Amino acid sequence: MKTFGGPVLFLDRSDINTDEIIPAKYLTEITKEDLRPYILEDLKLPGFDPNGPKTKNARVIVSRANFGCGSSREHAPWVFEVNGITVVIAESFARIFRQNMFNCGMAAIELPKADIDQIFSYADAVDTTMNVDIKAGTLTMSGGGKQSTFHFETSPFDKALVLAGGWVDYADQKY
Amino acid sequence: MGKTTSEKIFDAHLVNEPFPGTKVLRLDAVLCHEITTPIAIDDLIRRGKDRVFDPTKIKAVIDHVTPSKDTKTATQAKILRDWARRHEIKDFFDIGANGVCHALFPERGFIRPGYTVIMGDSHTCTHGAFGAFAAGIGTTDLEVGILKGVCAFRQPKTIKFNVTGSLPKGVYAKDVILHIIGKIGVNGATDRVMEFHGSTIDDMTMESRMTLCNMAIEAGGTSGICQPDMTTVDYLWPFINGDFASKEAALADYSQWRADADAEYDQTIEIDVAALQPTITFGYKPDQVKTVSEMAGTPLDQIYIGSCTNGRIEDLRIAARILKGHKLAPNVRGILSPATPKIQQQAMHEGLIEIFMEAGFCVTNPTCGACLGMSNGVLAEGEVCASTTNRNFMGRMGKGGMVHLMSPATAAASAIEGMIADPRKYL
Repeated sequence: MKTFGGPVLFLDRSDINTDEIIPAKYLTEITKEDLRPYILEDLKLPGFDPNGPKTKNARVIVSRANFGCGSSREHAPWVFEVNGITVVIAESFARIFRQNMFNCGMAAIELPKADIDQIFSYADAVDTTMNVDIKAGTLTMSGGGKQSTFHFETSPFDKALVLAGGWVDYADQKY
Repeated sequence: MGKTTSEKIFDAHLVNEPFPGTKVLRLDAVLCHEITTPIAIDDLIRRGKDRVFDPTKIKAVIDHVTPSKDTKTATQAKILRDWARRHEIKDFFDIGANGVCHALFPERGFIRPGYTVIMGDSHTCTHGAFGAFAAGIGTTDLEVGILKGVCAFRQPKTIKFNVTGSLPKGVYAKDVILHIIGKIGVNGATDRVMEFHGSTIDDMTMESRMTLCNMAIEAGGTSGICQPDMTTVDYLWPFINGDFASKEAALADYSQWRADADAEYDQTIEIDVAALQPTITFGYKPDQVKTVSEMAGTPLDQIYIGSCTNGRIEDLRIAARILKGHKLAPNVRGILSPATPKIQQQAMHEGLIEIFMEAGFCVTNPTCGACLGMSNGVLAEGEVCASTTNRNFMGRMGKGGMVHLMSPATAAASAIEGMIADPRKYL
């Protein structure tokens, strides 16, 4: 099982698509590791720098609705994985991106808008960090002297994939 | 209680339900291309699982960058080619026979009503035009599909679109689907199947139905689905005439996949196309749509006609009809990429290629290239493209480029004027 939690990268926009996460011109790479420098290269957001320290240090991404829409490319979860990001938290996800995350043993966690709004209130604190417990279904935000805990649900199948570390070996044994 | 088309397909293909809410389905077709498959092949080899569940149910094509443009893309092509040979995958399409996957595979008769289809490509939803459940998936799901012939899904709910009315002059399936996406938004159908019904769809060709279903993913939809009917049977007849005594017999069999009259829907949306106008996107999301007349006069640099959305023979005929006797405006360049070799040949026989070339278009081989900014028509920063493709994301056709999505008719009219133009005056 992968490890989850740490410094948070806040991406304050809905509908962040897979072309913004990893542009198609890099889909000619054959290994995941080669994707590392291109994380979020085409994402334009005020104050966001794909090469900045906040991106480099992040272990968690928090965003708004319909995260990961567009292409089916699993290169999107992979570019996060090779940069140490194993959790994305959002109001909602595009289906394929969400399943790709769990299929890789990573977590795509959905929370209601009110919870996401509250998590975004931590965005300006310099020491913001998040603890994520997949088994218990809780995540704890801390930063700027504050702390809050949120509860989330993952489907039994998705939780099994996270615990198993992915879908390929599981499926080969069972089917 | 009746069932929707996807519910019937799920029931007929269910292997088991390993956890509540997750259904593992048996697959009828696993489709592969050279962008998302080589990395799956590489992973299967590393795991010591270089096997395929059934070589006759796996179809593969090199289509995204072809002929290869550099060492990396040549390597991707080689990995797929070697794998297809190693596992005796007979339906493998290489240079000379290759074309855009979502045009090529249906053209070969590989997709049938009631099928379950996956591919490591989001526009796999196209194949729902045949009354199939067809979903884009990632590389890990593709690996499992190749290895075991199964895929796990949450059972999607279904939105019924009842599309009625005659399409007005200059309005096509592309305008209908852009209008629908504009209405429900880019996540309006997430975890939903978009099931298309109504007299407008009944009157559509299979090519138009594929255009419609192709863009279901742009509203977040798992699959677009049309109801199999005599149009479906006519299209498939060359491939199925040994299986059925008559077209009527085929229709009777395929009708088992039609949704029941008392099926239960998550939502029903009525679309009246009688007053619909040529439609176009204006921003960086496919739901940002306006009428073409609102955008008329917007300057352009490139016209692109092709892709899995609108690179079929019907699209070329529509564009050629408008372009005939005209030239590209001097400020724009035009690229036509017929979606398959068969379409390209047919367009030659019908004199369409001549019309495009006389107008000043460059005609490329069949490939996905420019649509996703990988080859054959990438934009420079600040350039604007009138395109018959399916995505207008920022940087999609090249970093800093802008894409306006539209029908082949609107693209052709815009080519003549060098700016966004209403096709109706040319019809």
